[in-house]
Amino acid sequence: MPELNLTSAPAHLRHGSNIGQPLTRRDGVLKVKGQATYAADNHPPGMLYAVMAVAGISRGRVTSLDVAAAKRHPGVVDVMTSDHKPELAIDPEIKTNPFVFRMEVLQSNEVRYANQPIAVVIAETLEAATEGAALLAPRYETLPALVGLDAGDSFVPPVVGVGNPTENHRGDVEAGLASAEKQIDAIYETPPQYHNAMEPHAIVASWDGDKLSVDMPTQGLMLSLARIAELFGIAHDKIHIRSPFLGGGFGSKGLMAGPQTLGIMAAKLIGKPVKLVVRREQMYGPVGHRAPTRQRLRIGADGEGRLTALDHHARTVSSTFDDFYEPAADASHTLYAAPAIRTSHDAVRVNTGTPLFMRAPGEATGSIALESAIDEMAWACGIDPLAFRLKNYAEVEPITGKPFSSKALRACYEQGAARFGWAKRPLQPRQMRDDAGLLVGWGMGTATFPALMFQAEARAVLRRDGSGAMEIGAHDMGQGAWTALAQIAADELGLDIDSVEFKAGSSDLPDAGIAGGSAHTATAGAAIHNAGAAVIAKLADLATNDERSPLFAAGNAGVIARDGRLIRRDDESRGESYSEILARAGLAEVEARGTGAPNPAAMEEYAMHAHGAVFAEVKVDPELGQVRVTRMVGAFAAGRIVNPRMVQSQLFGGMIWGLSFALHEEAITDRRSGRIMNANLGEYHIPVNADVPPLDVITVEEHDPHVNALGIKGVGEIGITGSAGAVANAVWHATGVRVRRFPIRIEELLTQI
Amino acid sequence: MKPFDYFRPGTVAEAVVAAAQPGASYLAAGTNLLDLMKGGVSRPDRLVDVTHLDGLDQIERLADGGVRIGALVSNADLAHDADFAKSYPAVAEALLSGASAQLRNAATVGGNLLQRTRCAYFYDTASRCNKREAGSGCDARDGENRTHAVLGWSENCIATHPSDFCVPLVALDAIVEIEGRNGRREIALDELHRLPGDTPERETAFEPGDLVVAVRLPPAARGFAAHARYLKVRDRTSYAFAVVSAAAALQIENGKIREARLALGGVAAKAWRARAAEDVLRGVAPTVAAFQEAARRALTDAKPSGDNAFKIELARRIVVRALSLAAAGTPARIPALPASPFASTSGAIHA
Ligand SMILES: Cc1cc2nc3c(=O)[nH]c(=O)nc-3n(C[C@H](O)[C@H](O)[C@H](O)COP(=O)(O)OP(=O)(O)OC[C@H]3O[C@@H](n4cnc5c(N)ncnc54)[C@H](O)[C@@H]3O)c2cc1C
Ligand code: SF4
Repeated sequence: MPELNLTSAPAHLRHGSNIGQPLTRRDGVLKVKGQATYAADNHPPGMLYAVMAVAGISRGRVTSLDVAAAKRHPGVVDVMTSDHKPELAIDPEIKTNPFVFRMEVLQSNEVRYANQPIAVVIAETLEAATEGAALLAPRYETLPALVGLDAGDSFVPPVVGVGNPTENHRGDVEAGLASAEKQIDAIYETPPQYHNAMEPHAIVASWDGDKLSVDMPTQGLMLSLARIAELFGIAHDKIHIRSPFLGGGFGSKGLMAGPQTLGIMAAKLIGKPVKLVVRREQMYGPVGHRAPTRQRLRIGADGEGRLTALDHHARTVSSTFDDFYEPAADASHTLYAAPAIRTSHDAVRVNTGTPLFMRAPGEATGSIALESAIDEMAWACGIDPLAFRLKNYAEVEPITGKPFSSKALRACYEQGAARFGWAKRPLQPRQMRDDAGLLVGWGMGTATFPALMFQAEARAVLRRDGSGAMEIGAHDMGQGAWTALAQIAADELGLDIDSVEFKAGSSDLPDAGIAGGSAHTATAGAAIHNAGAAVIAKLADLATNDERSPLFAAGNAGVIARDGRLIRRDDESRGESYSEILARAGLAEVEARGTGAPNPAAMEEYAMHAHGAVFAEVKVDPELGQVRVTRMVGAFAAGRIVNPRMVQSQLFGGMIWGLSFALHEEAITDRRSGRIMNANLGEYHIPVNADVPPLDVITVEEHDPHVNALGIKGVGEIGITGSAGAVANAVWHATGVRVRRFPIRIEELLTQI
Repeated sequence: MKPFDYFRPGTVAEAVVAAAQPGASYLAAGTNLLDLMKGGVSRPDRLVDVTHLDGLDQIERLADGGVRIGALVSNADLAHDADFAKSYPAVAEALLSGASAQLRNAATVGGNLLQRTRCAYFYDTASRCNKREAGSGCDARDGENRTHAVLGWSENCIATHPSDFCVPLVALDAIVEIEGRNGRREIALDELHRLPGDTPERETAFEPGDLVVAVRLPPAARGFAAHARYLKVRDRTSYAFAVVSAAAALQIENGKIREARLALGGVAAKAWRARAAEDVLRGVAPTVAAFQEAARRALTDAKPSGDNAFKIELARRIVVRALSLAAAGTPARIPALPASPFASTSGAIHA
């Protein structure tokens, strides 16, 4: 991999630690100058362009493709079809583990969803390949498409999300509801949404005999590598994937997808390097999305406003051929102290590309429904929504009864409410107007996301020239891994960040696990922590066992690493530099590996979650129904904050996604054809600058001794949860109209306002 | 992409000859046309690039008090021309409420008039569309059509014209100057776009080769400067087409409306001039009751073409609001959120 020219950190105030400093992104200058090489920026010599032709129907069969017309087009080299393609080593329909897609890579002429790849045209130019794909003019035998949440018979899937039980309960929900003084029974609907990362899925693949070189954005280098290895029947060490930068992923780049596999197949077929970039509209199908949900919440509360029961059922969809079920109801497991809780899911199969995890999968969809329902119950009980949440504050995790490893949610409520000015909120809706006569409403929501850990490994090196290296196949999706993980590495190696060569984003480095579940910094960070400790221990061994060293006989425990030196813990004046130790030992460098993994004992004992509280203000035109968010405050407690600047952007981003969830995002699906009618960034609305108000993020101090050695909980996804509900609740508070179908649209408000 | 010839004519006459050939299409800034070509919706054989033609990028004040806007003036330049914005504030406000700053910098006057519908089925080549392929059917009719037309539609096509710019222009009696195979002619903008009827594929009164060279506002248009607004309700605050919009312009004298102009956007295959509503306003006091009556008149013939009945009620309310805003007087500065219901929200800093 060409060396990345990362910006050296500007001189910053260092109070003995890199962790906790708000360093700017070390890859920032590269990106601003357009010098950060994304996958599609690679052009190996002799490279050809591949363009997918995708299905115009969502169910049926391709009966003909005019391959001859495509091949006649100048510049077209070959057309890969189900009849003309390299064979794979295994059937791509086989799910070898939960982390693989059953994918469409031209194994048959069956069409199972709109935008499914049906052929790949390979040409000398992108333009020729594009026209070749158009000339294929596919004909179909069309069957009636299965579309929407009522498309067919529902069933109970064996698991939801990634291995979560489909149903959970604690206590007697029916009895709790029966005994309740107040009941809420409401149905909320959320639409299909697409990840829409700025960078589409892309691949540049080159074969050299049985060796394969791949440039491809991925959130899981080793998962992708293993999938490629099994599909193509080659050994892991024959494959090299480079993924130094991702233009966003949000989960969609977590699993090896069909289109990228097709790029590798095309390169194999043609014997030359091939680039395949998925067109924006083609992203609405084969690379995952957030499935729609219909959620029913039944909640009971006693005369004092204490919850007696919480029943959360979610209907969702999966594809006709694979399984991923949005675990929406699971959002009700952790937040509110109902003595009886039941969560359950069912699903129908529709002609859609297989849904996948999309930023806060389950948590986001479940949160907007739960937070809306809790708001409805607070109003039914005549209690302020914050007071109601405090009354039902969970001291232990409601669904399991386990204590929390840490939970600074009360502080989040307090600090967020104070910053927002929540105390002045009138209880009744439709009480506030601004000078221009617009209705003003305030709403809130509680944020939560599990503190997860996966498995990772890192390799640490200390060199005689006083520098160090940390190697880990970590992923920078824009969130700042190049910076935050390097900060951890510098601390663990006892070096300044500029003296650490931090390597990431390549499959020839140790496995960093998947960049998902908001767990990347925690997981990779733990591996870096342990690798750093291990290499320092080796160095300390060299010194403490050498009578020529001032550290002789200090014992490992008695030595600390700081500023490129080892010093005695009991006498900081005694120490020597890493260079001196290595030089005396006649070594160029020492190296060690370390791993990061969840601690099963701690997980058994504790419930581990990040928390937050989000407060939103909206304005609504009282006659026209248009809504605009004018203020948002989010207070989050997520354990240790490695880089406050990057954490703030993650939380900003999450809050904007929440706003988007409540007011904008929806893939509009034709009810007959199952085609997505707004598969472009002009019409698939996400908020633009004018929709995003000044955002205020507070990170609440939280020390968690149990989650992992560094006390990191993760911040990538939590910002969406709470935020979406806060906006929806603010719309209700402004108008008195409770909209339960998201995104909230003008027409729903117009008719009732 | 389909290969095409690219031709850069030296004169208007050369342009017209070249564009009159079957399969030829004018290219202005391309913000609409190139998107259509990339999606395979338009597949021209030849692009006639008019952006280098001389003399089409001027804003001229005419001796008679009117203004003549060259077809190549950019949407941004026109909106930011201080004299133009002062004289025709609703037009400037409409322009600034459209698309994004980057698109407005590129997009031209001629291209804005002749941009195609945003009907999703028109864009989706896997769907049937009478406009794209005459006689193939209209998948929007029973499809996802919450944003489709409520006025002037036919069973063959329920699409709307997306332009904001055209709405105040139609209200102010704009005239389009056209150079064609038979020389120069002019038509009212109100006659440029056709309603679909049985031939939705015929969108305009244009003949092959017809080139917009300028748009003219007659002298009377300036007379509304003190009371002219554009109001556009959208699914997001900016960078979205109108769900429904309205341009309202009034001349108020001694507490009475002397002359009223009203047009609606997002409701039909053309910017919809509401003459019946104008008639009821003439000579009456500018009251909410009068505006409500005007709104009722403006939408008398409206009927839903699908899941869009709400647009009729929304349009009525927008008419009342736009007229009220116009009556209140044109603000000294165009708001930071042009044409938005949130225009007056303090701290609005983005457009
Ligand atoms: C994401 C997005 C959002 C948008 N939002 C809005 C919006 O909110 N409101 C709005 O009003 N518009 C909006 N637009 C549309 C935009 O205003 C038009 O794309 C633009 O005005 C077209 O101008 P152009 O010069 O680029 O035309 P081109 O794309 O070059 O041409 C468009 C059509 O006009 C024809 N043409 C161009 N010039 C002439 C001429 N002089 N004589 C005859 N024919 C001609 C071309 O042949 C072509 O058919 C949006 C566009 C995009 C892409
Ligand atoms: S409404 Fe008009 S443009 Fe849309 S699909 Fe029907 S015919 Fe085509």
